[in-house]
Amino acid sequence: MKAQLVKMKSQVQKLNRSTRSNVITIGVIVIAYTICMSMIKAGNMSNLLQNLLVAMCYYAIMAVSLNLTVGILGQLSLGHAGFMCIGAFTGAFFSKIMVGTIDNVLIRFTLAILIGAAMAGLFGVLIGIVVLRLRGDYLAIVTLAFGEIIKNVLNVLYIGYDSRGIHFSVNDTASLNLEEGGMVIIKGAQGISGTPRNSTFTIGVILLILTYLVIVNLINSRSGRAIMAIRDNHIAAESIGIDITKYKILAFSISAALAGVAGVLYSHNIATVQSTKFGYNTSILILVFVVLGGMGNLRGSIIAAILLTVLPEYLRFMRDYRMLIYAIVLIVMMIFNWAPACVNWRKKHSLKGFIDNKIRKKAKEEA
Amino acid sequence: MKKRIFSLLMVVSILMLSLAACGTKEDKADNNKDNKQETQDDGADKFYIGGIGPITGAAAVYGQHVMNAAQIAVDEINAAGGINGALIEYRFEDDVHDPEKAVNAYNTLKDWGMQILMGTVTSNPGKAVKEETHADNMFMLTPSGSAPEVVQYDNAFQVCFTDPNQGKASAVYIADKGLASKVAVIYNSSDVYSTGIYEKFAEEANNQNFEIVSAEAFTDDSNSDFAVQLQKAKDNGAELIFLPIYYEEATLILTQAAAMDFKPLFFGCDGLDGILGVENFDTALAEGVMLLTPFAADAEDEKTQKFVSAYKAAHDGTVPNQFAADSYDAIYIIKAAIEKSGVTPDMSVSDICDGMKDAMTKITVDGLTGAGMTWSASGEVNKDPMAVIIRDGQYTSAD
Repeated sequence: MKAQLVKMKSQVQKLNRSTRSNVITIGVIVIAYTICMSMIKAGNMSNLLQNLLVAMCYYAIMAVSLNLTVGILGQLSLGHAGFMCIGAFTGAFFSKIMVGTIDNVLIRFTLAILIGAAMAGLFGVLIGIVVLRLRGDYLAIVTLAFGEIIKNVLNVLYIGYDSRGIHFSVNDTASLNLEEGGMVIIKGAQGISGTPRNSTFTIGVILLILTYLVIVNLINSRSGRAIMAIRDNHIAAESIGIDITKYKILAFSISAALAGVAGVLYSHNIATVQSTKFGYNTSILILVFVVLGGMGNLRGSIIAAILLTVLPEYLRFMRDYRMLIYAIVLIVMMIFNWAPACVNWRKKHSLKGFIDNKIRKKAKEEA
Repeated sequence: MKKRIFSLLMVVSILMLSLAACGTKEDKADNNKDNKQETQDDGADKFYIGGIGPITGAAAVYGQHVMNAAQIAVDEINAAGGINGALIEYRFEDDVHDPEKAVNAYNTLKDWGMQILMGTVTSNPGKAVKEETHADNMFMLTPSGSAPEVVQYDNAFQVCFTDPNQGKASAVYIADKGLASKVAVIYNSSDVYSTGIYEKFAEEANNQNFEIVSAEAFTDDSNSDFAVQLQKAKDNGAELIFLPIYYEEATLILTQAAAMDFKPLFFGCDGLDGILGVENFDTALAEGVMLLTPFAADAEDEKTQKFVSAYKAAHDGTVPNQFAADSYDAIYIIKAAIEKSGVTPDMSVSDICDGMKDAMTKITVDGLTGAGMTWSASGEVNKDPMAVIIRDGQYTSAD
């Protein structure tokens, strides 16, 4: 047994740095998942937290996927919620049409996720072609605009379904000219209601791990190195023959597709989806996750997303001061995490440094 | 490596935080149970009534009125000895007018021990919460969530009219009184309330003796300039403009119409209630505006007067709006249903719900928002719409 452990330890140490880091992240997610599941089984988890578990998953997926654009590609995007919106609506639309046709929930939901991701990815490519010609602040403003366009178009869109097929309108339900027994699926500002609630914590965690693996593999691939080269110095990257547009669009559309996955998870977790949910407030919230967790730090994004999803709910006892305290806690966390003085202080007082010191002292004494 | 250690520490601390949080929650729940046990021995058990609505964010004004008015009703009932001897414990949670947050609020209240839900204040959150209450079989009475989907299941009931009913009632009223033959509509296409009323109004207009000459929409992002919509209504010779919208936009429409010397009759629904209280708005412009609303704060009857003065006293002279009245009624409706069904606080949530939903179809309640309110099993309320006209800066009955 001991020999096995030693062997495992040496194997773990043999892994290269990034792989080891990934094993740790996924290991922590799996352990957290097991703890939560056993708590639910034992019946000692509050209703609130049980309900928040899926939300943590989709916000973590959103944060990780935006980190690809912001942290790895180095482009500021303020319209990420728009892609979530597309994923949410296409996924919900598909599920509502197919609810009588495909009876197997797992197959239907998997298809919904794939379709949601594909649609969001497609829009990622289309929008990417236009906006990625810009850089920095200009890009940020244009992505903001596109996010709002997506939101507003879906806000006036009416789609119905009957035996003759699918009907579109931008006026009202009456102008869809549905047959008797036809079903209005997207009702403009009222969005989609009555989507089957298929999202579970298990599916959420699986999707989160998949998202993480997709991005980590991309980062460590040839394309990933090209993408990071563009981030670090686009002129140098261009000069060695990297196709800047291609890699930018690649990263941007993968990021969009993963946001689409989060959207599908969202729309199947809650009975009703309105496009107004996906305005710039949500985009900024997700950007906050990324910035708090650290640009390019995927694990940080996940932690920040979970923390900031849970925090406002557990501040409810503050009543009217809830959002004020939330903002203050956010500022404090941001300073603690990223202010240079705090970073230095943390380095000095870290647990690792403490243990290292102890070991060194001990070694000295023994000597 | 240090960074890694740090992030690991973060993960552990988050886990501990959430576990600790769970722990305290449970302690609380246990305490509740203990308290209940103790109080039960004294023969004075409590009903746990929860409320959900926006008390921060863009729709905060509605949630705050509901929250405050329900508190007044609860205090009155508790002071008078409670319901069948059982006092009410009341708690209100914020949902920021967002379905996701509303479900979180619902679960927070459930952890607190809620047995009856008085919510949600707005429709979209209601659509999400109704799925939860249906799954738990918890009794739900929404004061002002007016979309018909909110009361889709048999455990949910409404105090206010549904949007389609308001649209239909408006069309019938305009036709019956012969107010106009050419009608223009300006509505908010990004708002559920507004589109819900408009769609039914347009449908019903086909059966009535007037014609809709123009129907123009605006959205929450373009709600400051209505010159185009008004010009179109004017060009088409509209004699009446139907405004199924909230009063903030209506004040702008009235001001801009006056500026272009266009003086049709304006007709609105309960969303216009409160128009006379808007700051910096010349109330002379609202002269002659008609609205179909179940509540007017200036009404002369004793009940309204008592409620309005109690509300004003408790909240720095703020005049309660129709949402507040709905909410005040909601608490008394819950009281009536409990008394009729004879449920007791020690029963399970599901048993209370079964008893109350049966009782709801049998009770008749005289409230601030209508006399002789009754309910069908579908959850929709039956009461007479009341038309109000603004004369000399006051709401007066039009009939």
